[in-house]
Amino acid sequence: MQIHPILAALRRHKAGTLLIALQIALTLAIVCNALFIIHQRLAHISEPTGVDEPNLFVIENLWGEQYSTEEAAAKVQQDLATLRQLAGVADATQSNSYPLRGGGWDNFITMKPDQISPTTDSSIYLGDEHFLRTLGVKLIAGRDFHADEVQNMGLRQNFVPPVTIVSKALADKLYPNGDALGKPFYSMSDKPTTIIGIVDRLHRSDVSTWSVPFANESLVWPVRDAQPWGVFYIVRARPGQLDAAMREAPKALYAENRMRMISPKDGVQSFAQIRHLAFESDRGMAVLMSIICLVLLAITGAGIVGLTSFWVGQRRRQIGVRRALGATHRDILHYFLTENLLISLAGIAMGIFLAFGLNLWLVKQFSSQLLPLVYVLGGVVLLILLGQGAVFAPALRASRVSPVEATRPA
Amino acid sequence: MLGYYVDLAVRSLKRSPGLTLLMVLAIGFGVAASMTTYSVFRAVSGDPIPWKSSQLFVPQIDIWGPKGRLDGDNGEPPDAMDYTDAVALMRAHRAKYQSALYRISPSIVPPDPSKHPVSVGGHAVYSEFFAMLDAPFKYGSGWSADSDEQRAAVVVLNSKLNQKLFAGANSVGKTVDIDGKDYRVVGVLDNWNPKPEFYDVVNTGGFTTDQEDVFIPFQRAIDVGMTNDGNTNCSEIPKESGFVGLQKSSCVWIAYMAELDDKAAVAAYKDYLDGYFRDQKQAGRFNWPLNNRLRDLPAWLDSQHVVPSDTKISLVVALGLLVVCLVNTAGLLLAKFLRRSSEIGVRRALGAPRLAIYTQFLIEAGIVGLTGGLLGLFLTWAGVISVGWVLPKEIATLAHVNLSLLVLTLLVAVIATMLAGIYPTFRASRVQPALQLKSN
Repeated sequence: MQIHPILAALRRHKAGTLLIALQIALTLAIVCNALFIIHQRLAHISEPTGVDEPNLFVIENLWGEQYSTEEAAAKVQQDLATLRQLAGVADATQSNSYPLRGGGWDNFITMKPDQISPTTDSSIYLGDEHFLRTLGVKLIAGRDFHADEVQNMGLRQNFVPPVTIVSKALADKLYPNGDALGKPFYSMSDKPTTIIGIVDRLHRSDVSTWSVPFANESLVWPVRDAQPWGVFYIVRARPGQLDAAMREAPKALYAENRMRMISPKDGVQSFAQIRHLAFESDRGMAVLMSIICLVLLAITGAGIVGLTSFWVGQRRRQIGVRRALGATHRDILHYFLTENLLISLAGIAMGIFLAFGLNLWLVKQFSSQLLPLVYVLGGVVLLILLGQGAVFAPALRASRVSPVEATRPA
Repeated sequence: MLGYYVDLAVRSLKRSPGLTLLMVLAIGFGVAASMTTYSVFRAVSGDPIPWKSSQLFVPQIDIWGPKGRLDGDNGEPPDAMDYTDAVALMRAHRAKYQSALYRISPSIVPPDPSKHPVSVGGHAVYSEFFAMLDAPFKYGSGWSADSDEQRAAVVVLNSKLNQKLFAGANSVGKTVDIDGKDYRVVGVLDNWNPKPEFYDVVNTGGFTTDQEDVFIPFQRAIDVGMTNDGNTNCSEIPKESGFVGLQKSSCVWIAYMAELDDKAAVAAYKDYLDGYFRDQKQAGRFNWPLNNRLRDLPAWLDSQHVVPSDTKISLVVALGLLVVCLVNTAGLLLAKFLRRSSEIGVRRALGAPRLAIYTQFLIEAGIVGLTGGLLGLFLTWAGVISVGWVLPKEIATLAHVNLSLLVLTLLVAVIATMLAGIYPTFRASRVQPALQLKSN
């Protein structure tokens, strides 16, 4: 296939060619950035938490009376006993927060008490000796808490427990050589806390972008949360009994003590609901970007079909002449396919610059991540296929133009 | 003549229905995607108090210094205040109106013992809060400065809670049991829920589905130990426990807003704030340089990134889609117009000036734009209705279709398509009549 005659013909359609190339360039720029956003969001949505999600639910229990720390701690103990007695409940624990809650308590972590710039930031969970078992997180080193280690923490009581169980991500950040067990660190206090256990994975309670550098870094302190306002109960249902347990649990709690508030709307949430809520905006963004990508590709594809059909219509006579002079069906088909390929390549060359330009702008404005090359390559392949696919039908029609057209007036 | 051009345009568009449909669809989808994302952007980026936002200021004092910051914070001082400084600023009373405020979520105990207590949301504020923010009252009013001083047990209800407790009747003078203590109702707000909740973006992120049900005097809330609900940020762990320990600590949990009516007042307040920092530094509280901020409300909302970045990215990407649709339309119009070179040649040879050709083809582009715009209207309407499927509730509920959005949709469609049609029309008007006539 000779390229020279194609270029010569395109020179006669400068504006049209340029517009298609520009359209392909813009489409490429938007599609690769959108694909990258979609991929990031989907990766975020499917982040594992390390907990037994299918069987867990959380009750947000607010007290309807003012309790002292001791009273609140006793009420929490009583409630947990009630919950554990329910037929559908395997175990129950209390905490200040839970993974994917979308906010919570986090502390700066330092290796020395007087360190100016923090080493990292960790999500804080308060848990009793049932915490690990209820959540179903996997202890990979050390031990669980003993019941006698668990202290009560009332309103803004600020003590640092001497021992802690940390996630592997936090352990590795603090002690990269893998020897974190038994070692201390400091958490905004001059008293150290010592790592007695390491769990495989425990997601942070927030899902924000600022905490991306501290992903999965969390710690559990042996503390019973005795806040005057209330507490979260995390309950693990027996397999297959989640719905029943979610219905029974608030009833049993109210029967025991009326002076509490469990929102009928979202006071009891299964972990599936928690996950759904936590990533609502990410899912929305992925859907929106997918819709935009599809519309964009459809319009660009249809635009190529439309314009090529027009050009074919315009050149019927020339095609006829070529056919009369011995060009085969295949020659004509290849002519249009190659013409499209050349235009696509020109568009893609422009589009690659635009894609990185758009990405740089997103990085600068919204601290997004840098666009990996593979998305640009993916976009390039996608657009070449789209172009060739779109041009195929009009090209086929062109190849069927009879040589007799050469004799007819335009 | 205009009617004739419209007729010509419709004939021409009917001659290639596939192509016409393609252009209309492209314009329709492009405009609808942009307008739907714009309606969301408009909803979240709007000024919540446009008549006054430039007079409302948020002071920030760098009470933590460099050790209280992560690397990414760009030297920004804490975005809220500790108790000591908030109360000192209130006592100095240097602005026309000012209020320290913090979010509370007390429980309301219904008189009927068979009913469960209900959890409500609200803020502990100073008396000037209501006048400063022009909060609309349905019944009664806010409390007086004396009530601030006396730490009076008074409450302002929002209309939704008033509906629930008093069936919407004028409840001024009645009592409400909040956290086990009786409060006298002094005012009922007229369904006041500004979005974003600009007076306390630190604790609400701006957009929240939480209701504002009660407002009680700040010092009263402190006295009865009504704890704060929301963010508490500390650069070090407080030395003492409890809510009192929090008040003595350097943790920040209080929002602050001041009304400053003119440039002189702003400058004077800034001087006061800087002087306050220097005094405290001299007293040995700080050992880092002055790093205060005094932003007006729009700048403050911007610095707090109240408009979600997803909303902006979506808008930019959707505008990109619109541009692609326009380039697409321009290409198709160009092909379509130039194919009619011989027709143009005849018209020109018969004496039509270039202007007539311009008018004819721009009308044709305009008709495509108008039809695409009508499709776009329908798609925008469908899009805004279904944003609830893709966006979080607290944002999706704010987006709505109104007349100005519909008018804008049509205008954008028609104007954009005519812009896309300018180059093809220009090319059409340059057609040489002699050449066209000869070649036939």
